[in-house]
Amino acid sequence: MARIIAGITSSHVPAIGAAIDNHRTNEPYWQRVFEGFERSKEWMAKVKPDVVIGVYNDHASAFSVEIIPTFALGCAAEFPPADEGWGPRPVPVVQGHPKLAAHIAQSVILDEFDLTIVNKMEVDHGLTVPLNLMFGTPNEWPCPVIPLAVNVVMYPPPTGHRCFMLGRAIRKAVESYPEDLKVVVFGTGGMSHQISGQRAGLINSKFDHAFLDNLTKNPGKLMRMSHLEYMREAGAEGERW
Amino acid sequence: MTPAKQTPGKDYDDIPGTYVFDADRSRLGYHLNMFCMSLMKVENRKAFKENEAKYLDQFPLTPEQREAILKRQYNRLLELGGNIYFTAKLGATDGHPFQHLAALMTGATQQDYADMMLRGGRTVEGNRSRSGKNERPKIKARARSKGSKRRG
Repeated sequence: MARIIAGITSSHVPAIGAAIDNHRTNEPYWQRVFEGFERSKEWMAKVKPDVVIGVYNDHASAFSVEIIPTFALGCAAEFPPADEGWGPRPVPVVQGHPKLAAHIAQSVILDEFDLTIVNKMEVDHGLTVPLNLMFGTPNEWPCPVIPLAVNVVMYPPPTGHRCFMLGRAIRKAVESYPEDLKVVVFGTGGMSHQISGQRAGLINSKFDHAFLDNLTKNPGKLMRMSHLEYMREAGAEGERW
Repeated sequence: MTPAKQTPGKDYDDIPGTYVFDADRSRLGYHLNMFCMSLMKVENRKAFKENEAKYLDQFPLTPEQREAILKRQYNRLLELGGNIYFTAKLGATDGHPFQHLAALMTGATQQDYADMMLRGGRTVEGNRSRSGKNERPKIKARARSKGSKRRG
């Protein structure tokens, strides 16, 4: 039986990717950020997951305004890095796990989640930056990755409640997969932040600390929080994961 | 467990300095965003930089959208239906780091913006609500009134 052994949350700020790509991780400006990830990186190297399910959001890379899926599960064999305006990031092509992905798709759709299945998709910094943070800069990523892109481009993104319920359905799907696999789930995105409009630069660390505490202590509170409150307190692009 | 109670309508328009990319803006900005999307290809970035006006002729933009693109008015682009993840591609085509765009949108120099972020960013206090009715989050407001009762 496959099982989820851990969940990891991480930022995916594109500038972190640029710092890695341009070999600037040892500069004083960046040092502390990367030091903070060392422990997780060591832990990952020890645990060696068989598969990662990478929950992230696409930033108008795989999906334009032509098609905006709320939840899109990558079922392809591989996912090349997207050109986000600077040329594709010099990172390995992400290898998928089509068999487990298809199993998850089938299981969660029967659990009444109307998932979009994607058989051809490029992945952007939202997925590849956390892979760097957890695995460093290898020539090949150490395990297959199943991308799950959650819409945050167009309002409204799915509710916290819906995301939580989908997470439960995915756990059920993984645990009903016959092969013995160690699965790690990544949840990537930003804490409070706003990158658009005159209010850009908003940070609400008080809200962020309460959010992180509630993720484990009282997720129900986060599930019941309205989109208005998330945007007002944590920025138009904040607390999306 | 039940989901959040969401208010229908555009309650988010009360948040200052914020352009929520909703279905209306998505409809108005379709071609504007598709233009930005085209800049994901290196040959298109080159063609655009060679002759911006000619390149834009391919897209059925409104005169206002066209002007905002040519003048790099990033807040105006958001107002006219642009989405930040798309308009960021225009900034990347110009070779600007994102911080440059963020500074432009807030009316600060890039250095001032960077300094603000190093100091912990823009505070939420006073930046929650245009009308003032949403200035305090519900939970904090409750905690405060309890506190004042105790003091009384």
